[in-house]
Amino acid sequence: MSETVIEVRGLRNQFGAQVVHENLDLDVRRGEIIGVVGGSGSGKSVLLRSIIGLNRPRAGRVQLFGEDMGSLGGERRAAIEQRCGVLFQNGALFSSLTVAENVAVPLVERHGLPRTLIDRLAALKIGLAGLPPEAGAKFPSELSGGMVKRAALARALALDPDILFLDEPTAGLDPIGAAAFDQLILTLRDSLGLTVFLITHDLDTLYTICDRVAVLANKRVLINAPLAEVERQDEPWIRDYFQGPRGRAAEHAAVAAKRN
Amino acid sequence: MQPGTATLTPDGTRIALAGDWVLACAPALAAQVEQLQRRAAATPVFDASGIDRLDTAGASLLLQLGGETGSADRFAGLGARQRALLDTVVRAMHTRPARPRAPNGVIELFANAGKAVETLWRDLAQLVGFIGLILASLAQSIVRPQRWRVTSLFFHIEQTGLNAVPIVALLSFLVGAVVAFLGATILRDFGATVFTVELISYSFLREFGVLLTAIMIAGRSGSAFTAQIGSMKAREEVDAIRTMGLSPVDVLVLPRVLALLISMPLLSFLAMVAGIVGGAVVCIYTLDISPGMFVHRLNEMTQVKHFWVGMAKAPLFAFLIAAIGCLEGFKVSGSAESVGAHTTSSVVQSIFVVILVDALAAIFFMEIGW
Repeated sequence: MSETVIEVRGLRNQFGAQVVHENLDLDVRRGEIIGVVGGSGSGKSVLLRSIIGLNRPRAGRVQLFGEDMGSLGGERRAAIEQRCGVLFQNGALFSSLTVAENVAVPLVERHGLPRTLIDRLAALKIGLAGLPPEAGAKFPSELSGGMVKRAALARALALDPDILFLDEPTAGLDPIGAAAFDQLILTLRDSLGLTVFLITHDLDTLYTICDRVAVLANKRVLINAPLAEVERQDEPWIRDYFQGPRGRAAEHAAVAAKRN
Repeated sequence: MQPGTATLTPDGTRIALAGDWVLACAPALAAQVEQLQRRAAATPVFDASGIDRLDTAGASLLLQLGGETGSADRFAGLGARQRALLDTVVRAMHTRPARPRAPNGVIELFANAGKAVETLWRDLAQLVGFIGLILASLAQSIVRPQRWRVTSLFFHIEQTGLNAVPIVALLSFLVGAVVAFLGATILRDFGATVFTVELISYSFLREFGVLLTAIMIAGRSGSAFTAQIGSMKAREEVDAIRTMGLSPVDVLVLPRVLALLISMPLLSFLAMVAGIVGGAVVCIYTLDISPGMFVHRLNEMTQVKHFWVGMAKAPLFAFLIAAIGCLEGFKVSGSAESVGAHTTSSVVQSIFVVILVDALAAIFFMEIGW
């Protein structure tokens, strides 16, 4: 469990005069679910975009599977990128394609896979994401919010990634749907051996499924540790976040759920 | 990486699996699986102890090899992790929904034609209804000055009128020059080059000035109306307007319609002038017609009624373009793709309607002897 799959060192991101990250370090180990929390505008999504290479940092380096993404080019970079599945905040499903076609896109782009196998794999991923089979023929505009997230998850899983990046997966879902999504991620991690990088505001998600929590504040990662340890920190922001009324309610719920 | 293999024992009852059963090896594996399915006994025994790495693609192929009925139990020798993965895949594996049967081509042709006619009819009915709605709202708000949206009106006049001046003037100038060239070339054979002046003035005053403007405005402003209202519709902003007790027609449509009603005649006038100037430039430089003579002949031979024939059409076209542009915007549903589709549809419809009405108007004016 100790192998580091994501290693961020000295990251600096800046938009105009506004510095978002300054000297940010972060490690993610294989097989863990790491939850990234932080206030609005603290640069959680920017961090994710920097790691997957959508955003070029001003300074610092990002290593995925021990390879420096900044200096890597061409096919080797593409090979690394194929080992990452990304679930964007609003799904980012291609609206002109059906769900099954959306899931098939990354597979079709790999030459040499026979069509029947592609269809089979697409149906499998749709099943893995917990969608009913008939959802495959629907267009994204015909899906509910929760189903869009699941369809996007199915597409993120298409190439059997090693790391799954999730940007607020449970935002906008009802509590039942959110809890089911949490369980789904947990199941997938256990059965597919995924590493999950999760941005969330959902305290229930943090308490139920995250192995470690990274707190993003003051332009860097304040702490990256198991939740129990994070809670003990005396940093004001962390105290407000976890010891506020919502934080305590989520903790009680999680403790109660574990006891049952 | 060790590409995965599936080997059949000579007696055909046992299949040994080895190597990496992962997506990267999937094409080769799929071929092997298909071959083995044909050769193996009905229920072969699987030995999976040689499998190194397994992902969902490999697991899916294993299940295919196991004859779909498969549970993970049939594959002896899997590691605990691989076993868990295979179990997950078994649970997720659906029988694929059968592909819909390819429909009969002829029937589909008729079905599509029928659908197209129905859509056409419904679009037309909707347009007529929407025009009625605009007129009713206009009549209601005209008597209540406090409901006039003056700022919005002037904003749209600037957008659709003032900002379109350069392009409309330039294009009309160029078309005017081209018409003059054509006329001069053909009329020279008859020694009647002087009639080029009439050719330009008649065509631009009656038809080209307003028609060119209308086509330009349909592409420039009609599409913008659709995209603006459409993206507001897609983001539920139109619904928000409605919940505030405001009428979307009052807020969004009337300022745009009125703005176009004002800008379009002005732009048409500009286009007429620019076109005639373009023609005049050609006459002066390539034919022996002096500027003075051009103006003189224009005065003598061209009656003012041609100008009015052209100008009378401008507000009509403006109204139709604005109505179609706004209506298509309101038809947008949900996605960004829908905004694009309706914007295209808006431009096509506006240009079609403008040319159709122009043709009808030409017949009408001819019949009444103008």
